[in-house]
Amino acid sequence: MSATAHAQVDGHEEDHGHHHHKETFVTKYIFSTDHKMISKQYLITGLIMGTIGIAMSILFRMQIAWPGESFPIFEAVLGKWAPGGVMDADIYLALVTIHGTIMVFFVLTAGLSGTFSNLLIPLQIGARDMASGFLNMVSYWLFFLSSVIMVCSLFVEAGPAAAGWTIYPPLSALPMAQPGSGMGMTLWLVSMAIFIASSLLGSLNYIVTVINLRTKGMSMTRLPLTIWAFFVTAIIGVISFPVLLSAALLLIMDRSFGTSFFLSDIFIQGEVLHYQGGSPVLYEHLFWFLGHPEVYIVLLPALGITSEVMSTNARKPIFGYRAMIASIIAIAFLSTIVWGHHMFISGMNPFLGSVFTFTTLLIAIPSAVKAFNYITTLWKGNLQLNPGMLFSIGLVSTFITGGLTGIVLGDSTLDINVHDTYFVVAHFHLVMGISALYGLFAGVYHWFPKMFEGKMMNKNLGYVHFWITAVCAYGVFFPMHFVGMAGVPRRYYQNTAFPMFDELTDVQVLMTVFAIIAAGAQLIFLYNFVNSIFNGKKGSLNPWSSNTLEWTTPHEHFHGNWHGPIPEVHRWAYDYSKVDANGEYIIPGQDFVPQTVPLQPDEEEMHH
Amino acid sequence: MTTLLTLVVLVLVAIAISQMTKMFELSQLTTENSQIANDQDNKINGYLLFAFLIFIYGITIFSFWKYTKVLLPTAASAHGAEYDYLMLVSFIIIFIVQTLTQALLHYFGYKYSGKKGNKALFYADNDKLEFIWTIIPVIVLAGLILWGLYTWTEIMDVNDEDDPIIVELYAQQFNWTARYAGDDNVLGGANVRMIDIDNANILGLDPSDSYAADDIIVKELHLPVGRKVNFKMRSQDVLHSAYMPHFRAQMNCVPGMITEFSFTPITTTAEMRLDPDVVDKVKRTNAIRAKKAALGEDNSDPWEFDYILLCNKICGKSHYNMQMKIIVETEEEYNKWIKEQKTFKPAIASVN
Repeated sequence: MSATAHAQVDGHEEDHGHHHHKETFVTKYIFSTDHKMISKQYLITGLIMGTIGIAMSILFRMQIAWPGESFPIFEAVLGKWAPGGVMDADIYLALVTIHGTIMVFFVLTAGLSGTFSNLLIPLQIGARDMASGFLNMVSYWLFFLSSVIMVCSLFVEAGPAAAGWTIYPPLSALPMAQPGSGMGMTLWLVSMAIFIASSLLGSLNYIVTVINLRTKGMSMTRLPLTIWAFFVTAIIGVISFPVLLSAALLLIMDRSFGTSFFLSDIFIQGEVLHYQGGSPVLYEHLFWFLGHPEVYIVLLPALGITSEVMSTNARKPIFGYRAMIASIIAIAFLSTIVWGHHMFISGMNPFLGSVFTFTTLLIAIPSAVKAFNYITTLWKGNLQLNPGMLFSIGLVSTFITGGLTGIVLGDSTLDINVHDTYFVVAHFHLVMGISALYGLFAGVYHWFPKMFEGKMMNKNLGYVHFWITAVCAYGVFFPMHFVGMAGVPRRYYQNTAFPMFDELTDVQVLMTVFAIIAAGAQLIFLYNFVNSIFNGKKGSLNPWSSNTLEWTTPHEHFHGNWHGPIPEVHRWAYDYSKVDANGEYIIPGQDFVPQTVPLQPDEEEMHH
Repeated sequence: MTTLLTLVVLVLVAIAISQMTKMFELSQLTTENSQIANDQDNKINGYLLFAFLIFIYGITIFSFWKYTKVLLPTAASAHGAEYDYLMLVSFIIIFIVQTLTQALLHYFGYKYSGKKGNKALFYADNDKLEFIWTIIPVIVLAGLILWGLYTWTEIMDVNDEDDPIIVELYAQQFNWTARYAGDDNVLGGANVRMIDIDNANILGLDPSDSYAADDIIVKELHLPVGRKVNFKMRSQDVLHSAYMPHFRAQMNCVPGMITEFSFTPITTTAEMRLDPDVVDKVKRTNAIRAKKAALGEDNSDPWEFDYILLCNKICGKSHYNMQMKIIVETEEEYNKWIKEQKTFKPAIASVN
């Protein structure tokens, strides 16, 4: 199978050679069908959206820490929504909503998975490009369109969507319930519908490419774990995103055409509405049927990147390669049957809650296996602490800290009193937000030379970026658990209406100060990123001494990736520090054996 | 004070950043100008990883030392003790695992930081180890699951045993209303389509339903201590959530359906005000409020502890201020209070 695919692709490459010099600015930089360019487009769009999302979080964190205080920056940025520099309660909810939407979908789904799936799938499996370069291009431009619409929605008269990133109806369905549920919500829904189309096109392409276009010798059990993670992520995306589309469509119908899918028995602003027989709980099921797998759509690529970066920099094979694959598949499967743990107290039948508690706590098992395997990978390594490696270690740390509190939230009993409090906010920010961001950073530092023709990011700025971020991330989210356990609900514009929360203001101030510093540290990253694109020092072809195929390609970018034939693969990706019977490296003087090196006469192959 | 503190922190951070940059740069003076970590980088970052481990422990200890007092006081409901115990056990497990795994992760990062010429151990697999760390979580989680599910089934079993009082919690943007079932202890039928604000029928009770006649509609929730309460929740507009943190109780209010929760309050408001933790909390809070009063700020009246019902599902602009006072009192006090309240029928009649 893969041999035939190989031959076909080769033919394509010759054909392609004739057109190579004809590339114009538009086909090279804008409507490019080359996966490497598309990956850069995803990354830069994602980083711009990320800047907006993080800036928003600073604004609302300031409001929580210093409630009702006047800040000139509020007036400057929010205009009429902050008369006299005091933030309005509606815009507070809008900021929270759009921050969540942007970070989850636009940064961590498209910016992370879109960037690295595009960059690494063809390069690491040994393919000239994605199965369909055209669909890949369409996928990016749909993502771009949805980003533009989402950003435009910030400027509508009545304000952007403000019902929380989960946009539960009836709040999101009724413009009289809050101003953000008018035009702002319409644009939100349109943007997300387009986003889903983009994500589906991308995912289908990733799946087909991984199945069909692997180079000769690249069996599934020789794939780097990055590819396994992207592959499985794409599958759960294809399974769950269409369900969100149906939820969005039904919500659009309820809003615009008077149907009653999610609405019933509503009396608002002195008037009974005609809706009858719908159920908001149905919406919650549909939303979380995507929403929970979404957590893993965000996290699995980050874990995949970590596996690869950690193994390379530890100069050791990833521990338990097969167990890692099994864990990815187990997590993916379980992730589609745990969504109800977001709904224990939604009015859903308590028995159903029991079932979801069971499946939810089961998912802790493959997650624990992954964490232990990462730790063992470090043991007795020769750790090269590059910035990418530090972010990978940081990911494992926050993944454990955040994951453990999942034991509390996944237990229907314990969820009762911490549901929708800051405890939840702390939990998911550590386990998926911060962890996935660390994965993104690890990937950027590690594969920057592959994206920008051999140029490398400045490591010292990278170290400063990592250490400030690492300290501040814990500084923000560790104390936040206590705020939640004190009973403070999330999405409160201010906590001053409850004297019992008075003494928590100090904690809020502490967290906000850490958050501001953390955001400042991201500017160091942005500077380093932009500066390195233009002034970065060129490194060697294989700067991290890595085994995978992407480092066998030349520095310069051209459609097709390899000048000659696609290299053949003879071994798995993790032969780091492998020794022969005499304790000597397989290749004398070199502690890694690239996948393209044939097995030595007396060498034993791992795992196949 | 806060401003000063913030400024100090910011200045310290700025110094830290410049020092760190300098430190990293100094470490490279002697070596080649490459963006790949060298032995010096590995050494420094190895030490920093170890320091980071201490930081994680530090912030944990700091948070517990400083913030344990802000946590909710002893549960005031019958099922609350069981809830708190399960929470405690879960947290003990969490902290054991957290302490061990973070230690291994960061210690390995420090201990095995790379040096030219060092050889990593080619160690790809060990079925025994992997079996061990699969089976241990399985056993621990199985225990937690079983215990959690047993408690959950008990808490969520809303039934009519032990003569519960039936109370409706009614949510709307942005306030709560409670309805007592009256002498017959049966709530009258109701629907938003029967709401008639002009005639004081704010909850949409069915005037023709005889069960509704003796219902009592109030804006403050009174509960007799030691008697089970079955709550029936309704919402008239958007999703709300009835969150009563002191009773470890929460349930969403969903337009178009009636949701339920049940608990037995075991501590009266008066008794809770004497609880040492609560006394301390009130003292601390009133000290803060006195400071605010001295500066002429809002929200500075002295506070007296009360149980509270909060809205805990985003519901719109004033979500942050949707609350109702809960008073748990003795049977006699409760009976006296309920007798003073107007029932639904006379209330309507008086408007007409």
